[in-house]
Amino acid sequence: MERVPILKIGDILLVSIQVDMSDQTAVALQEDLAERIVATGCHGVIIDITALDIVDSFVGRMLSTIASISRVLDAETVVVGMRPAVAITLVELGLSLNGIRTALNVERGMELIAAERADQGDDEFDYGPDTELTASP
Amino acid sequence: MTSGVDLGRPQTQAVGSDEDVVRVRQLVRTVAVAAKLSLVDQTKVVTAASELARNTLVYGGGGSVEVSTVDNGRKQGIKILFADSGPGIADLNLALTDGYTTGGGLGLGLSGARRLVDEFDIQTAPGQGTRITITKWSR
Ligand SMILES: Nc1ncnc2c1ncn2[C@@H]1O[C@H](COP(=O)(O)OP(=O)(O)O)[C@@H](O)[C@H]1O
Ligand SMILES: [Mg+2]
Repeated sequence: MERVPILKIGDILLVSIQVDMSDQTAVALQEDLAERIVATGCHGVIIDITALDIVDSFVGRMLSTIASISRVLDAETVVVGMRPAVAITLVELGLSLNGIRTALNVERGMELIAAERADQGDDEFDYGPDTELTASP
Repeated sequence: MTSGVDLGRPQTQAVGSDEDVVRVRQLVRTVAVAAKLSLVDQTKVVTAASELARNTLVYGGGGSVEVSTVDNGRKQGIKILFADSGPGIADLNLALTDGYTTGGGLGLGLSGARRLVDEFDIQTAPGQGTRITITKWSR
């Protein structure tokens, strides 16, 4: 069985799917990624599907599952490079890809993850409007 | 019903493993290009074929896929037959409902594939296996 390689770039795991994956290969990728997130402590996962000429319900479900697993493991997943014909077909197939963040390309995906992480960092010091200090007159 | 005469010899792919499902996708892509389908229509028919071939494998216990080009005098198209001798489908309306699955899938294979093609014909009965024929025409 073929395996999809996972690259580590800084704080991000990059998966560039270059083959027409069998279902077994897709399931293995899901498991490999979960292990790598834990082993590396990375906070971002980018899945580049530029080379995929179709996304069917099996691969669609794999993408959703990866997004859910990484969220539980404190990592953000962004799917990048979806072809227009693939997007059109996904909608007609009825796949909603709920909970999946997408970006145009790897660079934008990295920006999105960085922005997400920065926001979350702010949240730790955000005590909400009730506790906000107001300037005295 | 699918009309038109076949062009060239139909190509057959056995479906006995998930590697065979990959081969079905590749064969369908090649024939869809030969039938001059647009890129979006190629994508739709390959996606439909992937769903149906996976069903042939998972629920039908394996079977075969036959791919041919068709021509109705005005346009070309691709016709694909998925056949298995598995348990068949008892309640077809239910099986064609979005989200219905007996196998822990998303339940979008049959219903979604039907939306993605121009013609969708299914023959099935309990104990009689399942035969699905789809056609996608060039525009
Ligand atoms: N070739 C087949 N033989 C027997 N049952 C089938 C076949 N194809 C589909 N089915 C039945 O129809 C249901 C819906 O199929 P589908 O829409 O592809 O969803 P999923 O594959 O996610 O279960 C399947 O769960 C199965 O019960
Ligand atoms: Mg299915």
